[in-house]
Amino acid sequence: MMLDAASWDALRLSLLVACTATLVALPIALWVAWLLARGQFRGKALLSALVHLPLVLPPVVTGYLLLIGFGRNGPIGGFLYDVFGITLAFRWTGAVLAAVIMGFPLMVRAMRLAIEAVDPKLEQAAATLGAKPTSVFASVTLPLIAPGILAGAVMGFAKAIGEFGATITFVANIPGQTQTLPSAIYSFLQVPGGEDRAIALVLWACVIAITAVALSEWLAQRVAKRIRGIEGDT
Amino acid sequence: MSLDLNITKRLGTFTLDVGFTAPNGVTAVFGRSGAGKTTLINVVAGLSAPDSGHIALNDTPLFDAAQRINLPAHKRRMGYVFQDARLFPHMDVTQNLRFGLRHAPAGSTGPSLDEVADLLGLTDLMKRRPTDLSGGEKQRVALGRALLSRPKMLLMDEPLAALDGQRKDNILPYLERLKSGAAGLPILYVSHALDEIARLADQLVILSKGKIAASGSIFDVLADPTIVPLVGVRQAGAVLQATVMEHGDDGISTLKTNAGTLELPGVAAPVGTLVRLHVLAQDVILSRTRPTGLSSVNILPVTVKSIRTGDGPGAAISLDAAGDQLLARVTARAVQDLDLSQGVTCFAVIKATSIAATSIGR
Repeated sequence: MMLDAASWDALRLSLLVACTATLVALPIALWVAWLLARGQFRGKALLSALVHLPLVLPPVVTGYLLLIGFGRNGPIGGFLYDVFGITLAFRWTGAVLAAVIMGFPLMVRAMRLAIEAVDPKLEQAAATLGAKPTSVFASVTLPLIAPGILAGAVMGFAKAIGEFGATITFVANIPGQTQTLPSAIYSFLQVPGGEDRAIALVLWACVIAITAVALSEWLAQRVAKRIRGIEGDT
Repeated sequence: MSLDLNITKRLGTFTLDVGFTAPNGVTAVFGRSGAGKTTLINVVAGLSAPDSGHIALNDTPLFDAAQRINLPAHKRRMGYVFQDARLFPHMDVTQNLRFGLRHAPAGSTGPSLDEVADLLGLTDLMKRRPTDLSGGEKQRVALGRALLSRPKMLLMDEPLAALDGQRKDNILPYLERLKSGAAGLPILYVSHALDEIARLADQLVILSKGKIAASGSIFDVLADPTIVPLVGVRQAGAVLQATVMEHGDDGISTLKTNAGTLELPGVAAPVGTLVRLHVLAQDVILSRTRPTGLSSVNILPVTVKSIRTGDGPGAAISLDAAGDQLLARVTARAVQDLDLSQGVTCFAVIKATSIAATSIGR
């Protein structure tokens, strides 16, 4: 399927934003999922509510809140610009931030469920055998929650590819700079005769989605086999 | 090597308040469910902290409330065999065993992986996953994994409770071998099955509602008439030591005790070995004169050491059998009719089939 330069830019930008957002969000989501699954602290319910907020707020509202907070004149955005010279609003990095925020609850949810499914008794057993807490995590907990981490990453990636409302509100729809795949499809549909270009991108979106799901299924099966021991060799 | 502890731990309305020393060999902790057995063993392992007191292994403090010492579980080197095995599901048997070995302190010595696999009969299971193992096999792997972490002490929390009689009989010999083999390793063995304890333990601590009700050598504690209500009348019984003299063609073996010979069926131990007989108190009959014309030939001359009459119609009698100890349970009426009192000599009749094969330990 041939794409013109603008479509190609949008597709490339979406992949870049989605990959970056997934990689950035993964460790933070794992940490927050761990806090929510195992932590005992005041304000746990508040943290949980905060994490899940982007799931229930209209995306445009989230995007506008990001603009207020992270815009050049916003409290966080101003600080980032003054101290580090970083600008997020109307840049591709802002699209990453929007994707991270929007995908975060989905990632945390998948990982939290996986962590809660791990029997702490196994970790206790590892400790009595002399394994340090870091070693217990690396050799017992992490392999057992790997499918959940994988599921969370796929969810986050898919959300990042499809994110529209918050992204367009926060970073606008500048071709070649902040125009992601969904915003490009939206733009093409706004002009007469743009359907062909839109359809080409829609097909590409389908290809990416199906590839991502197939890849994650394949990885999940390998991990599951390793964990449940259907396969004898590892 | 010995474990020395004196601790209190409160859990809701329950308070564990115990102090004892576990020397080399097997120290069994017996108690009904809810007596605090698992709480105690978890505190020793470092999986939960006591509220006060101290725990020391060979004078090295593991926990000391006054000095604010609380060594984390991974630094205590306690090999813990859990009731539910807790094998790592994502590793095969070899990997589970290696996990123990990998976290053993550098420079520590002990049996190799091959030796442990051999001792516990695991050589044919090495590539299997925990899901493909039977309950007894899982427990043997868990035990091997604990041994390979080169522990200073073994903690066993009802390791046989999840197994049926047949599987129990399969794994008990491994534990007996471990007891005689692994030199200088104290073992804390928690159980509510007195027959296992009678086979394995050297010391016995009886827990009741979070407190120690009795403790001492296995022979003394199990012959103590006051423990009968704690262990239950059906399980109560002293441990007698006997040497296997010969195995008859009819399946009956002759065993020698200090007080005389016994003829018992189902003894597997080879001639010359010293075995333990758990003689249940309810299976001992007392007679003031040496009975004749009985179907049982197992008659031992004994002296009454003490009598404890309970609230019910029964009485528990502690007997001296030429240095060994027996416990008999008769009715309070029989005590009166036979005029039994401390120092009286009489004869204890033990039915040959009343000693189950499983209670004949090495």
